[in-house]
Amino acid sequence: MSTSAHRGSLTRRSALGALGAGGLAIAAGPGIAQGARPAELKVGIATYLSGPASVFGVPARQTAEMLFEELNAAGGIGGVKARPIFVDEGPGVDHFVGEYRRLVQSEKVDLLFSAISSASCIACAPLADELKKPTILWDCGTQRIFEDGKYDYAVRSQANATPEILAALLYLLKAKPDFKTIAVINQDYAWGRDSWEIFRTGLETLKPGVRVVAELFPRFGASDFSTEVTRLLATRPDVVLSTSWGGDLDTLIRQAADRKLFDRSTFVLPLAESSLERVGKALPPGHIVGARGDHWFLHPAPQDPARLKTFVDGYRKRFGTYPIYSCHHMAQAVSCMKAGYEKALAAKGGAWPNDAELAAAFRGLTFPSPTSSVTIRPDGQGLENQLIGTSKHVDAYPFAVLDEMVVFPAEPITTPIGQKSTDWLKTLKPDMVSSMPKAMPYRA
Amino acid sequence: MAWLSDNAFLLGLATLDGLSSAAAIFMVAVGLNLVFGVLRVLNVAHGSLYAIGAYSAASLGLFAAARGLPAWASLPLLVVAAALVGLVLGPPIERLLRRTQDQEPVLQLLVTFALFMILEDAQKLIWGVRPVVSDAPVKLMGTVDVPIGGDVIPFNAYQLFLLPGVALLTLAALVYGLRRTLFGRMLVAVTTDREAARALGIDAARITLVTFTIGAALAALGGALASPTTSLVPGIGAQTIVLSFAVVATAGLGQVEGAALTSLLIGLGRSFAVYLEPELEVVVPYLIMVAVLLVRPQGMFGVLETRRI
Amino acid sequence: MSGARTLAAGLAAALLVVALAWAVPWLRFVLTVATAKGIAVLGILLLLRAGQVSFGHAMYLAIAAYTAAFLAPRIPDAALLLPVAVGLSAAVGLVVGLFVMRYRDIFFGMLNLALSMVFYSLLEKLYSITHGTDGIRLPPLTFAGATLSVEAQSWAVLLSALVLALVAGAAVRVYWSSPLGEALAGIKTREQRLDFLGVPPRLVLLAAYVISAALAGIGGFILAMATRQVTPALAYWTTSGELVFIAVLGGAGSVFGAFLGAAAYELTRVYAAAFVADAWQMILGSVLLLVILFAPGGIWGIGQRLLGRRAAGPGAAATAGEGGP
Repeated sequence: MSTSAHRGSLTRRSALGALGAGGLAIAAGPGIAQGARPAELKVGIATYLSGPASVFGVPARQTAEMLFEELNAAGGIGGVKARPIFVDEGPGVDHFVGEYRRLVQSEKVDLLFSAISSASCIACAPLADELKKPTILWDCGTQRIFEDGKYDYAVRSQANATPEILAALLYLLKAKPDFKTIAVINQDYAWGRDSWEIFRTGLETLKPGVRVVAELFPRFGASDFSTEVTRLLATRPDVVLSTSWGGDLDTLIRQAADRKLFDRSTFVLPLAESSLERVGKALPPGHIVGARGDHWFLHPAPQDPARLKTFVDGYRKRFGTYPIYSCHHMAQAVSCMKAGYEKALAAKGGAWPNDAELAAAFRGLTFPSPTSSVTIRPDGQGLENQLIGTSKHVDAYPFAVLDEMVVFPAEPITTPIGQKSTDWLKTLKPDMVSSMPKAMPYRA
Repeated sequence: MAWLSDNAFLLGLATLDGLSSAAAIFMVAVGLNLVFGVLRVLNVAHGSLYAIGAYSAASLGLFAAARGLPAWASLPLLVVAAALVGLVLGPPIERLLRRTQDQEPVLQLLVTFALFMILEDAQKLIWGVRPVVSDAPVKLMGTVDVPIGGDVIPFNAYQLFLLPGVALLTLAALVYGLRRTLFGRMLVAVTTDREAARALGIDAARITLVTFTIGAALAALGGALASPTTSLVPGIGAQTIVLSFAVVATAGLGQVEGAALTSLLIGLGRSFAVYLEPELEVVVPYLIMVAVLLVRPQGMFGVLETRRI
Repeated sequence: MSGARTLAAGLAAALLVVALAWAVPWLRFVLTVATAKGIAVLGILLLLRAGQVSFGHAMYLAIAAYTAAFLAPRIPDAALLLPVAVGLSAAVGLVVGLFVMRYRDIFFGMLNLALSMVFYSLLEKLYSITHGTDGIRLPPLTFAGATLSVEAQSWAVLLSALVLALVAGAAVRVYWSSPLGEALAGIKTREQRLDFLGVPPRLVLLAAYVISAALAGIGGFILAMATRQVTPALAYWTTSGELVFIAVLGGAGSVFGAFLGAAAYELTRVYAAAFVADAWQMILGSVLLLVILFAPGGIWGIGQRLLGRRAAGPGAAATAGEGGP
């Protein structure tokens, strides 16, 4: 607590300075000449600092603080130090749109990372083009952004809902091929509805005839699922899907565990990686867990084991918990920024790129993530691998870890450029399940 | 009819869940209702008191567990936490409200709204954003297998017995306290006509202070009792308060029995909705409120106020 | 202040807003939002005059905003879309008004709250139509037939907001001094006397309610044009609370108070968010608390007190210090 308060005051002071500088910049007129190296690289970062989604937002901010320090200690980007400026998405889209403009026009940020909420991303992608400011969409889930629109300045350093949910579905079809009934209990907001739509469309294509016995959408932020659990206990579906997260998912897992619902149904929890450490061994072995990407501190085959270890140990030492997927997503955004600048600098023979050149550099870029690497497609969508596993109890950890892990390569499970997910999912072929990569066991 | 016999078991289950959730709703709403009775202000900060009660109970429970206190101690600690929150936060908030009592009601309401905003961030500064859990009481009481329709459904004993039990006790204590004790009668007098009560020599200020503190402690108790069954995250206060508002307006202002009946209606209504039409679950409290107010504009148990000319 | 002087002051304030928005580009958006909310707050002030507080007026904001979002592909011109959106807000206001007119005080507030929460839930529940919390994106609109660049469009939104604010502000002042407006104040103090005088209080309140719904609709329409993304959060009870918050912050007795309050609110929020992203709510809450405790007349009341002091000399300060509506 004391360390974070200390850091808070630092940010406050630097924010004060930044506003002063912003005011001056307004008086002085247009900024730095093209090609010259700026004194500092300012990065606006939109994340949740208030409300329920701050369970992702705050760890992500901590990750950003850690990685920016590391980046600067190693000399920054092309010799320029980078500084994050955080804004809260909590108050909603109309406030966020104003904050985005303030970051660009007053703080004069060079680049933005935005955002956790899909609504924020949908609002800011067109704004990026409008204000011609490179923007990395770092965590939001909706697949609609690059399927419904075309943006030059916005790119995404992670996957989207379609591969994230499809991977869990494929894993389920392989692990438990003969289930006959399914129930869903998702949070009642865009993500909960969208992810169920994706899952159901894929399921109807790949395994028609499964009966949906209950579709429950409890209020977002609900604190009690007793009634829902009772209904699921009584209806005994073979499979229960829940794409919930945060406090909602923690409560659901605990109440389902207390009342032995896990004994009656196999759970598919595509976001549960972020809750594992918090719920401890309440989550029993044998249930399917995902991580919105290949994010797992015990990844069975990381591309660079040393990089993953540095990241995990560094975060754990500083903040006391294992990094969750939003930390990985933040790490990807930082890595994307660094690789993008380096590519743009190289293309200009070392001269500093302008906004358009930087935005263009992100297209087709491949950059390392803590576990593997991510490639940004020409349409701006990131190709990120997906890791799904089965929960397992071991003595080494006080919470469930993943076993039988499958790392899905990104390309085959991501909607191809120019297609819409709901149409593409209807064209899936059953050989997708049989051609799945081999599962890898838990190793201490 | 055929439908009813097919679904009788499910509706039986829904009733059990409904009773437990009604108890939880009642515990939050009754304090708000009591406070409204004497202060004539809808306390938006009631939601914050609920959240702080929940967080404090969880912290106290975790602290006790770390100190090696026996598991049974976790139950009385819930009440201790609630009482502490009521005593520490109740009186200063009441003082603040009293400073504005001669101003427009909307200003008083906004004082509580401002307090709500301040306390919302204060919680975040104290407890952080990571979900907080202390479920020792639920674990301690274990589960009860309810045989129904050839199946066996496990319920948490905490939710099935303890929550409704505490709610009934609270209801009985409040009804007895208001009807049969001197303090209760003075309180009713102040609620009905503050000036007349003062003229009779009743110390209205003290009554108000004590009542507000009790109301604050009840809000905190509502949170404390809910805390073992859930993960505490930022924002739980905001969601609780709207629901309590609906209960208070439906019940009739200051009506304890009304709050109990309304909570029962809402609790049962919501859990039936989960079985019959899940999409309606969220709007059930508001639909009940609108329906009741259409028939009885002063609320279920409310008394029409005489207009002062 | 006399009518002409007030009009001049309003024009001067609008010019000041334009100058600020020109000098500090990022403020253009913030000021547009503030103007939009100020117009909606005018509606809250109307009801406050009758002693009634609505905790559900965000619903009318959202109705107009969603109407704009749904119809923009078919009616792509702001000048045509505005009356449709505001008309729908007012129409719903009339229907709801006929129902809530029977209630006063806390029941009035709570019923409005309940209805707005039902509407909010519908926006979330009808996911296939509204896209739930993701919201709907507005395509760029034309202004009286003219297609504008992105930059020009943000100016057009701000300028139309200011014009609408001037018109709405003037209209509310005229309304206030009309017999209907006078009767409104009567509801607050002695409703039965209105009856004796042969003025049906319900009709008086209904008229104010419909106008307030329309004003909220204008605000919602401008908000939709400015953010170009409408989400259910517009209808949530905290947005309604915000409008009441602004009304009191600015000073409930005056048209200028609504806009002063809105500007102060938005600027405080933006700056609080910039300095302490973690605790901006705490700052806003503290500001509100201080205003209520020490300056119950709101910002407008403070301004009046200062002006009054200067005009009447030190001797009058004590009496002018009463402030407030």
